[in-house]
Amino acid sequence: MSNSVDPRPFAIADRLAGVGRIVGVSGSKGGIGKSVVASTMALALADAGSRVGLFDLDFTSPSDHVVLGVERSFPDEQFGIDPHEAHGVQMMSIAFFAGEAAVPLRGAATTNALLELLAITRWGDLDVLILDMPPGLGDTSLDVINLLPRLEFLLVGNGSRVVIESVRRALSLLAELDVPLVGLLENIQRVADGAVASLAAEFDVAYLGPIPFDPGFEAALGDIRLLRETAVYRELARMLAPGLPATK
Amino acid sequence: MHELALADAVMKAAVQAADDAGMARIDKLVVKVGELQQIEKDLFEFSLANVLAGQDPRLREATFDVSLEPVRFECNSCHHGYGRQDVSLDDGDGGEAIHFIPELSHAFARCPKCGSPDFEILAGRGITLERLEGSGPDE
Repeated sequence: MSNSVDPRPFAIADRLAGVGRIVGVSGSKGGIGKSVVASTMALALADAGSRVGLFDLDFTSPSDHVVLGVERSFPDEQFGIDPHEAHGVQMMSIAFFAGEAAVPLRGAATTNALLELLAITRWGDLDVLILDMPPGLGDTSLDVINLLPRLEFLLVGNGSRVVIESVRRALSLLAELDVPLVGLLENIQRVADGAVASLAAEFDVAYLGPIPFDPGFEAALGDIRLLRETAVYRELARMLAPGLPATK
Repeated sequence: MHELALADAVMKAAVQAADDAGMARIDKLVVKVGELQQIEKDLFEFSLANVLAGQDPRLREATFDVSLEPVRFECNSCHHGYGRQDVSLDDGDGGEAIHFIPELSHAFARCPKCGSPDFEILAGRGITLERLEGSGPDE
């Protein structure tokens, strides 16, 4: 070998060997509820008996632990690090290490943090590992597409023209890169105008259905009992009752 | 010990590199450990030895040459270059966090000249496999 080698990518397949499906919950705009959907989906699947992991990849603004009400907890170390189990969900988040400190990362640093956690986290046996993606199609999205050949995406959008335009770009890129799609989920639906369903049809992607705007959701953040009573949880649990849909 | 997972990654990388180079036997792995990750040389040598069992048979007789690489930062704001001695990296939870994920230095360390968290880690970040020594199938 002529150049030095970063060994971390070589360990990733082993660390994920016991994981059935890997689903990146993504959307191209911030604020459309990716973290809420990813976290609540993980909870609903775990409640239904699935073995679920939840990996918060929004390193600069992690929030899955806020949604599920999980305190900072340094992971246990053995042959690597173990995810933190909360409410039946195996969780990993940079917030477990950083606490409340801001984590300002440029692109290369984001890639390095991702590689480090993929190389050392022992996910064990899971039916599904949900990746809560940061907004957009930047470094982290491109990295996971390159590093995780089994990756599927589930896109979250809503009927706003701003979001539709942005999700269209994401669908276009994922189709070009041949990344399998679980489907397109309409979140925070205020008007049933069919825009998200039409977009799904345009790209021949499953429309997973609408989750209505739930004015009470904010009060349920971090409280699992209340979270399970929200429209978000109910709709996701209903959609996922037959299991996580297959990709198209 | 999460060092074992990193040592295991080094072994896997070495096997791939040996495959690429057509090596029949791997005699030595030359590994650099970045100062920022705060892993002691002896501990990483122990970790490498510990994960050797069960790896590719070509690694069975391999020895390890582990050295520490000093960390070098450069501030993106004022372009000041600095090293380990110029910043506090091992205070409480911050030090532990950086040990697991060196990029968390951006959360807990600042440029000693201007106070910016926006810096590059030019060298000494983490673990790298620098070189393999071994022999090909005809030796």
